[in-house]
Amino acid sequence: MMASSYNAKEEDGHHSGASSGTGLSKNKKPDNTAFKQQRLPAWQPILTAGSVLPAFFVIGLIFIPIGIGLYVTSNNIKEFEIDYTGVSSDSPCYNCAKNFTWNTTEPCVCTVNFTLLQPFESNVFMYYGLSNFYQNHRRYVKSRDDRQLNGDLSALTDPSKECEPYRKSGDVSIAPCGAIANSLFNDTLVLYYVDSNNSKIEVPLVKKGIAWWTDKHVKFRNPAGNSNLTLAFRDTAKPVNWAKPVYELDPSDPDNNGFINEDFIVWMRTAALPTFRKLYRIIQKKSGTTPTLPNGNYMLNITYNYPVLSFDGRKRMILSTISWMGGKNPFLGIAYITVGSICFFLGVVLLIIHHKYDNRNTSADIPS
Amino acid sequence: MERLRWVQQCCRQLLAGDSRRGWYSDGLPTSSLLNTHSPRGRVCGKQRTVFPRNGRHQQDYERVSRNYKSNAISTTKYTFLTFIPMNLFEQFHRAANLYFLFLTLLNWVPVVEAFQKEITMIPLLLVLIIIAIKDALEDFRRYLFDKKVNNNVVRVFCGTQKSYVDQCWKNVQVGDFVHLSCNEIIPADMLLLYSSDPHGVCYIETANLDGETNLKQRQVVSDFPLQGEEFTPESFHSRIECENPNNDLSRFRGYMEHSNGVRVGLHSGNLLLRSCTIRNTETVVGIVVYAGHETKAMMNNSGPRYKRSKLEKHLNTDILWCVVLLFVMCLTAAIGHGLWMNSFKESIFQVDTETPPALAGFYIFWTMVIVLQVLIPISLYVSIEIVKLGQIYFIHNDLSLYNKQLDSRIQCRALNITEDLGQIQYLFSDKTGTLTENKMVFRRCSIFGVEYPHEENARRLEVYESENTETAVCSVTLKSGYSGKSLSCRSLSCNRSSVSLHTLTAEPMEEDQLSGHVQPRTGAFCSRMAKEVVPDPALGRKLNWLTNHSSSETPSSMELTYITDFFLALAICNSVVVSSPNQPRHVIPEERTPLKSLEEVKLMFQRFSFSPFSALSPSQIKGSPHSLKSRLFIRGKRGSLTLSTPVSNTTDVSSSSQENDSKPDLSAREEEEQDVEDQETEDDLKDTQTNPDEARQSMQDLTKQVEEITDELVYEAESPDEAALVHAARAYRCTLRGRSAESLLVDLPGIGSLAIQLLHILPFDSNRKRMSVVVRHPLTGQVVVFTKGADSVIMDLAESPTDQTEVYSHIKEKTQKHLDAYAREGLRTLCIAKKVLKEDEYDLWLKAHMLAESSIENREELLLESAQRLETNLTLLGSHCSSDLNHSISELKYQHLKRMRVFSGTTGIVDRLQEEVPETIAALQRAGIKVWVLTGDKQETAINIAYACKLLCASDKLLTANCGSKDACAALFEDLILEVQGGESLTALTGNGESMSSSFILVIDGRTLGWALEDELRSNFLELSRRCKAVICCRSTPLQKSQVVQLIRDHLGVMTLAVGDGANDVSMIQVADVGIGISGQEGMQAVMSSDFAISRFKHLSKLLLVHGHWCYSRLANMIQYFIYKNVMYVNLLFWYQFFCGFSGSVMTNSWVLILFNLIFTSAPPLIYGILNQDLPADALMELPELYQDAQTSKTFVPYMFWITVLDAFYQSLVCFFVPYFAYAGSDVGVLSFGSPINASALFIILLHQVIESNTLTWIHMVVLVLSCTSYFGFVLLLSGFCVTCSPPVNPLGIELLQMSHSLFYITCVLTTVAALLPRYAHTHTHCRNSCTGSVFPLGALYNSLIIKSFTLTTPGDANVVITDTAIH
Repeated sequence: MMASSYNAKEEDGHHSGASSGTGLSKNKKPDNTAFKQQRLPAWQPILTAGSVLPAFFVIGLIFIPIGIGLYVTSNNIKEFEIDYTGVSSDSPCYNCAKNFTWNTTEPCVCTVNFTLLQPFESNVFMYYGLSNFYQNHRRYVKSRDDRQLNGDLSALTDPSKECEPYRKSGDVSIAPCGAIANSLFNDTLVLYYVDSNNSKIEVPLVKKGIAWWTDKHVKFRNPAGNSNLTLAFRDTAKPVNWAKPVYELDPSDPDNNGFINEDFIVWMRTAALPTFRKLYRIIQKKSGTTPTLPNGNYMLNITYNYPVLSFDGRKRMILSTISWMGGKNPFLGIAYITVGSICFFLGVVLLIIHHKYDNRNTSADIPS
Repeated sequence: MERLRWVQQCCRQLLAGDSRRGWYSDGLPTSSLLNTHSPRGRVCGKQRTVFPRNGRHQQDYERVSRNYKSNAISTTKYTFLTFIPMNLFEQFHRAANLYFLFLTLLNWVPVVEAFQKEITMIPLLLVLIIIAIKDALEDFRRYLFDKKVNNNVVRVFCGTQKSYVDQCWKNVQVGDFVHLSCNEIIPADMLLLYSSDPHGVCYIETANLDGETNLKQRQVVSDFPLQGEEFTPESFHSRIECENPNNDLSRFRGYMEHSNGVRVGLHSGNLLLRSCTIRNTETVVGIVVYAGHETKAMMNNSGPRYKRSKLEKHLNTDILWCVVLLFVMCLTAAIGHGLWMNSFKESIFQVDTETPPALAGFYIFWTMVIVLQVLIPISLYVSIEIVKLGQIYFIHNDLSLYNKQLDSRIQCRALNITEDLGQIQYLFSDKTGTLTENKMVFRRCSIFGVEYPHEENARRLEVYESENTETAVCSVTLKSGYSGKSLSCRSLSCNRSSVSLHTLTAEPMEEDQLSGHVQPRTGAFCSRMAKEVVPDPALGRKLNWLTNHSSSETPSSMELTYITDFFLALAICNSVVVSSPNQPRHVIPEERTPLKSLEEVKLMFQRFSFSPFSALSPSQIKGSPHSLKSRLFIRGKRGSLTLSTPVSNTTDVSSSSQENDSKPDLSAREEEEQDVEDQETEDDLKDTQTNPDEARQSMQDLTKQVEEITDELVYEAESPDEAALVHAARAYRCTLRGRSAESLLVDLPGIGSLAIQLLHILPFDSNRKRMSVVVRHPLTGQVVVFTKGADSVIMDLAESPTDQTEVYSHIKEKTQKHLDAYAREGLRTLCIAKKVLKEDEYDLWLKAHMLAESSIENREELLLESAQRLETNLTLLGSHCSSDLNHSISELKYQHLKRMRVFSGTTGIVDRLQEEVPETIAALQRAGIKVWVLTGDKQETAINIAYACKLLCASDKLLTANCGSKDACAALFEDLILEVQGGESLTALTGNGESMSSSFILVIDGRTLGWALEDELRSNFLELSRRCKAVICCRSTPLQKSQVVQLIRDHLGVMTLAVGDGANDVSMIQVADVGIGISGQEGMQAVMSSDFAISRFKHLSKLLLVHGHWCYSRLANMIQYFIYKNVMYVNLLFWYQFFCGFSGSVMTNSWVLILFNLIFTSAPPLIYGILNQDLPADALMELPELYQDAQTSKTFVPYMFWITVLDAFYQSLVCFFVPYFAYAGSDVGVLSFGSPINASALFIILLHQVIESNTLTWIHMVVLVLSCTSYFGFVLLLSGFCVTCSPPVNPLGIELLQMSHSLFYITCVLTTVAALLPRYAHTHTHCRNSCTGSVFPLGALYNSLIIKSFTLTTPGDANVVITDTAIH
């Protein structure tokens, strides 16, 4: 269809001499340009041995060191992970897990003890991890209203349809609406360091700075026009599963309350994979040489609000330091080393074949 | 078809019960179905009635013409208002568009909705908009053009003002009288009513219509009472009945009924066709019968051709596999989702509340169809068309396909089969004009059984050829400007000479170089070479005897008669139009005719006592006072040169008149003496005259003189044979000087100018294979038929006369011998015959002929019949006269007519091979293309040409199949197959290359071919021809040509290409997969029906070997790449389903997802498809064997499809799982996870292309960089500014953050390298093995290949080696 008439005008057949002009003087000879004659200087990327063989070696030689570097870096990252779901009966949270549903009003508290064998230097990031939680489910991911979260007043009282069935509670619209907000992770984790004389020292957990800057300052905004959040949200209902309304997420800090509560923001960024972790708190490095978390015994105090057993989920608490390449991940290092080695190996093999073929070719030509 | 319609018509008549109501009854409008049968009951078809629009038949006119279209044309498809609905309607005829419309609609169903509603529309909208814009532009161009045409001004008679007024073309109506001047363009189909030419003739140039550049003669409606006088439209009261508009350019039937009830038949010779140009006629007036869209020109106006290429058909199966793949993937997801749902006890994550798993799975199926829609490449079809446009652009611009002489490029008429050029396996070629120049040069002749070898002539041709090669003038052809456009604009300028323009531009180089003439003068088909025929001395002497009785050698009078008749026939038995380059023909200088007294005239006629003046009936003389006048002055000799000839100008005239002045007395006296003797000679040519001056001159001088005198003449012939013969005749001073509708003016040696009354022309037709003219012999007054035709026809029809059997059978025998000898030399042969009619016989025939002529329906058939009658039966029993060559059995019922026919002689015309034909054929054969030659020529000629063009070599075994009967044919085929098989097994036994050289060539003639094409013998014929290296079909009709092509195409399932230049090749060209027309000497029918039009045969090699190969490999690779790209990208989404509970989630912003294939990665494959060169052009030209790889579809075989799909699977696995493992368990968000995957997919897809590309130019680089920047620019913009723009998942900040992390880059690099590693290694080793690879630069490679093919003895073996090494 596109090609219907490239030179149709010359073939229309009825151009009854309507055109006036330069027919005679104009030569139809095509231009002798490199482009039109398809003689543009061209690089033939794969046709020369000179470019192929070195490429293998170069890739090999670059990848292997990088892989080693990545592997070492990843190994230097300290990470500690503890599952507190309470599936097995000897788990301290067994009872909580067993009895707790979304409808339970009484908080259930359980305590998990653990030991860090190595001290954690530098800043330590405290995550909560969930498994088998499909935050990437298509309809779950959609079940939110970004305009409402951005402080749009009309969306506050009339949220997007995507939020169904968590759009309205009765006649009152829910803020924040949608399934994501409704399922906000609401366990409270408190970490204690148990020192040598068995006294508990609460580890200071920083709850601000865990969300992305753009989320905190651009994407999420409390409803405008009213500095008093209670008033701002007065026409809305709390999500069904929430114990308290959105303006009471962090009453102590107006900068971390309402939609711009960072725990909320972090939760709202849906995870890509069913097993994920989300940043919960940051443990700032103390000044001097003292490690952020020295080795020793710790006690994790959990206010167990979040039921996961209904979908076979698991809950974890993770402590980790990070490096320039992110969290602990030995895969990349190993993969780099592997790919690099393969390249190098291929290069060697091809070199050998090349040599053999070369000889065969030159010798074969002469007798025949 | 015709028949069918007739039957339908008859049925209707029966139903209506109104069989008596003929369509001759008055004033029937066109709407009726019943109004169309003639009194004879045989004639069917609708007709229209035209009343003149001169104000006097207003009522009739309005009643009848209401429904006729006006002359305004509109070629646009749409109007402003209907564009959108109609264009959409047309576009949704495509399955792909409908599919995507379905997806878009599906996305509106809430339960399966995958993306935002707008986003799924984007691909469809984009495609629709692109095509709509293209359509709109095209339509707009047409609109502008129509407007321009419609507003041309023409002078139309206005009934109220009683005069001609200027009007726009669009206001011209049927029935209008249109007044045209020279060089004006005809605005509508009209009947010629008046011409300023005294003979009522007008010339038109039909270049705009069919590209033929020779002038065509049109004639005022015969017996039109107003002829010759100034035409007054007011007094026109006739009614015109003619057939309804149709698209047959050469057919027009109807009659005109005058107010007194007299009917005059109308035929196509009366019709001036729209968009032709008036030439050589001062003014003409015509009445419009068809206007606007009903004109023949417009009804013939069909757009470019559409063919579906083989590759595209193949593509559909691949698309089908994609659909299957899609289905499997969606089904997997649906089942997976159902199972996943099932594993949860409660409703999960507070979204799905009550949907049962099975239903949810069903929903997911449809969701996945939407999500994975990219798998079906909607943009592929658009891309293919863009790529083909690009390819055509380059083919069109190829310098080596440009013909300098013709100033013509290759013309690509079919735009979507470029890649078929790369897969041709069988090539069917016409001979004349395709392999040869079709520039006929008279070479030798045989008259009266005496052969005149014309050795001088042969030498001259050789000299000419060598001159040609020395000066590197490769070919001299006429400018046959088939671009109607440029022609038409030129023809608008009225002030230039009225001669067809091509004659001005023809072969200036040659003229300048050889003769130093500043002003080139040639006509259509007359190259200088054809014009200059060196007379044979022997023949010259004999002819000279006519003028000089003192010559020692006195040939028999009969032989002389033969010779004169022969040359007379050469000169007049044709349809050549004579024009003079210097002066418009419409100014016929009759006034200057030196009138003599009546007495003198009478005296002169008395001298021609053999032909009593009184014998000429008044009616015969009546029509042409001019011819009478010329007849009167035939004795005026050279003085008569100025008489009614177009030559009346410049130095030549003055020189001739000087000659005249010098010797009037002398010649006058001698005439008288001479004429007494003449009476003794009883045959028709007795008029000889001696001129002492001339007698003393040598032959060379004579010729020179003749040429000087006649050089002014330009012959415009319909076929090159005619031109060659006319020029040959002129070389013997038998010169055609002018032609009008009713007379011919011929110079005869020793006689001077003769006006010959032309009674009829029975034009050439391929069934009869001959043409005839019926003239009244100027000297004898007898009615004479001259027939010129293919030797087979004439000789076959010849029958030994009863009386002087020995003499004539001897002549015939000898002539046949000469004929065979000519054919062996590769000459085209034509036989000339003559017969004399008695008056009563002529009258009888004339009556029947008139009847045939005036019949509206079946005119062609009747005329054909009539012509055959004349040409055959009249000579059937030519018993009383010894000099008969008579015709066979065909029409015994006319036995009572006795006449004689004189067999005059035969001519041999040489037709040189085009340049580089042998090389081209050799290259094509090396490329594995089987070349067949299908020709209408004689077997010997065909074989000879085949040798000349190296289709045959000396070692080849010729299998000849000429059978007399079908059974013999069947038996012969069996034998031949056995022989071929024997030869093959021998080859197999010896097993080495040497025996390959003796391959078999089948030569089959038309009759045998006819049997071979029948069902029973077909398989044997196929079997046989399949095993032969080449097949030559001679004596084949156009229909047989197309049948052969069809047979091979359908039964062997191969790609066929047909190449030809003439109307007889049209059917073959249309049947073949690829039809190529050669725009040469024989009009444009072949070109008009072809897919590609080239100007030389040698262009085929570049077109096929280079462009065909490239186009095929480009397109095949591009399609594969497209599929790869889609499969690879879609699989990324598919793998993700395993980690999101098969819920149809995607890890990418939907904008990016949709645009990824549509925009970010769409340009590189286009560039690849247009520019990639898998092998350099010179390598392809030098090693035609490389072509074979595409022939057998190696690039695009099914397993390559699956390899591509597998590779895509692998790459998508890597591309998904490397990031997966890199980010597993971390806090990565959905879109953050998609970011490195998308980025690396982009890199992989682009670099994959780089690896696959064989050449990379700066254009590739620019496009690659543009692709990258457009992607990253887009995602960065989105992540920087899209706060709530893309609900529900906004990509704000994602890419910015991702790209600030080193992990992103680490992942991308690893993913890209790991994904491409196998392809890279494979391509590398692949190339290495094929030795085109990395070891040598390519130049060294094919050098080594060439060395190899030289060291090996035969091309066949070289094939094997190269196939092994190069083609892998």
